[in-house]
Amino acid sequence: MEIEQLEKVASQVRRDIVRMVHGCQSGHPGGSLGCTDLLVALYFERMKLKEQDGKVVFDMDGKDEDLFFLSNGHISPVWYSVLARKGYFPVSELATFRKLNSRLQGHPTTHEHLEGIRIASGSLGQGLSVALGAATAKKLNNDKGIVYVLMGDGEQQEGQVWEAATFAPHHQVDNLIAFIDLNGQQIDGPTVKVMNNRDLGAKYEAFGWEVISIEEGNDMAAVLKGLYEAKGRLGHGRPIMVLLHTGMGYGVDFMMGSHKWHGVAPNDEQLAAALAQLDETLGDY
Amino acid sequence: MKKYTFTEKKDTRSGFGAGMHVLGQQNPNVVALCADLVGSLKLEPFIKENPERFIQCGISEANMIGLSAGLTIGGKIPFATTFANFATGRVYDQIRQSVAYSNKNVKICASHAGLTLGEDGATHQILEDIGMMKMLPGMTVINPCDYNQTKAATIAIAEYDGPVYLRFGRPVIPIFTDADQKFEIGKAWMVNEGTDVSIFATGHMVWEAIQAGEILEAEGINAEIINIHTIKPLDEEAILKSIEKTGCVVTAEEHNRIGGLGDSVAQVIVKNKLVPQEYVAVNDSFGESGTPAQLLEKYGLDAKHIVEAAKRAIARK
Repeated sequence: MEIEQLEKVASQVRRDIVRMVHGCQSGHPGGSLGCTDLLVALYFERMKLKEQDGKVVFDMDGKDEDLFFLSNGHISPVWYSVLARKGYFPVSELATFRKLNSRLQGHPTTHEHLEGIRIASGSLGQGLSVALGAATAKKLNNDKGIVYVLMGDGEQQEGQVWEAATFAPHHQVDNLIAFIDLNGQQIDGPTVKVMNNRDLGAKYEAFGWEVISIEEGNDMAAVLKGLYEAKGRLGHGRPIMVLLHTGMGYGVDFMMGSHKWHGVAPNDEQLAAALAQLDETLGDY
Repeated sequence: MKKYTFTEKKDTRSGFGAGMHVLGQQNPNVVALCADLVGSLKLEPFIKENPERFIQCGISEANMIGLSAGLTIGGKIPFATTFANFATGRVYDQIRQSVAYSNKNVKICASHAGLTLGEDGATHQILEDIGMMKMLPGMTVINPCDYNQTKAATIAIAEYDGPVYLRFGRPVIPIFTDADQKFEIGKAWMVNEGTDVSIFATGHMVWEAIQAGEILEAEGINAEIINIHTIKPLDEEAILKSIEKTGCVVTAEEHNRIGGLGDSVAQVIVKNKLVPQEYVAVNDSFGESGTPAQLLEKYGLDAKHIVEAAKRAIARK
């Protein structure tokens, strides 16, 4: 897909995010908006996905395709929107987000058999381990698919992340690309104030990872280039860590750069102000 | 009383290791994971024959549970192994979210459960694991009674699709079940038919219950003894059939009296037919260092205590 088309998809996904969170008056718009460009680039351009008659199809085992895991499950709105826009389930279902009897639970789950989702996440720190397991299964199956996993920067405060970080280079899991969404914010405030992670790149390098940075994580061209570079480094005995610099709330001016929009829904007025900044490119759900 | 004899004593963890050895040869999807306790879990024969299907996790149990959940995506059947304390309490949230809620085909296999790991003491003697695991929706909880049954259970859970907690231990105890038994998940095993009291026992306590049955018989009491190797799903039919006949119950488990087999049986009794029940279990305390026999005696879990509990239950009829 051309960059311009990908940007159009991203604009619609951002509209979906804001509308979904407004629709149930809960959820996490900030991180979702910040990671929109990454997820659109992955699903609409970089990932090899299983298709039948030009449509994506889902099965749990995901053999011979690339897999994506969302460890910071609270940014479910962006994932749900991207999955629906990609064709995994009807976009109309986005209207059910966080409502009773919905498959679109507040945090992603396999429990409701939503196509595209292979593990529950929400309790932080677990996704990297799961992704490493899936990547190991691919190796055992002689499956050339790539495993992608996204974590938050606040999430790096969880101890389990560092168990997994130690495991991956030791076992040479080199079919995996992990991302940290470096937006510098978490619920209680800026990450440097709440619990300073310090130099995450240096930490992962010291653990034995190949580390690259995408400085402009909300620039589609930069994201695509970074993903291309990351992919080129696979298969050399080391796991890949991509430090993705994003702006929390990117795309909606009054939500940008503040932890205050981590987990707060816009009111009617704020919704209108947000939508005025985001082009409806694919039709609202 | 049916006579149970034995020619050999072994630890149930060795039964697990023997089961894994068989699975390594029979099922190419079985993968073993361990958190730096390969010798204690008796995994050497599996690893020797299937080095590519063994994953050493180091002392990182949370990561091991996540890895196991991920391995199922792609069709593997992971057996995550360590001591019971580190396999449950330490990683409860990982099991809850990544395994149980996500309904992953992970087998959590835990050695050194209960008091009878002995000298290591309370930090390692988990007495709450059955309760924690049975509370998780969709989790199957199995606590086999001897070497042969643990081996059979290990092989059986690989055939079952869903999360399982398999609990076994360290002490060397008599082998009294058949070597070629077929293990049926959720099906209680009749050890001895009787009429005066139902003794429902699990794990190492089954052998204690058999010894108690012999003492009771000498005193003219005819005990029915049933091995509840699967605590969840519980064989309610077998329990009800037995209490219909005997009218009183003793439950025996190497676990806290809160949240274990006894409470599961009590739920069946309360719902269906009120009869007296006596618990043989640890009385809401931690353990301590000692030999297995000393600990079973001090914490009220040996055959003598089962005999006393049976008499109390009968007296309350």
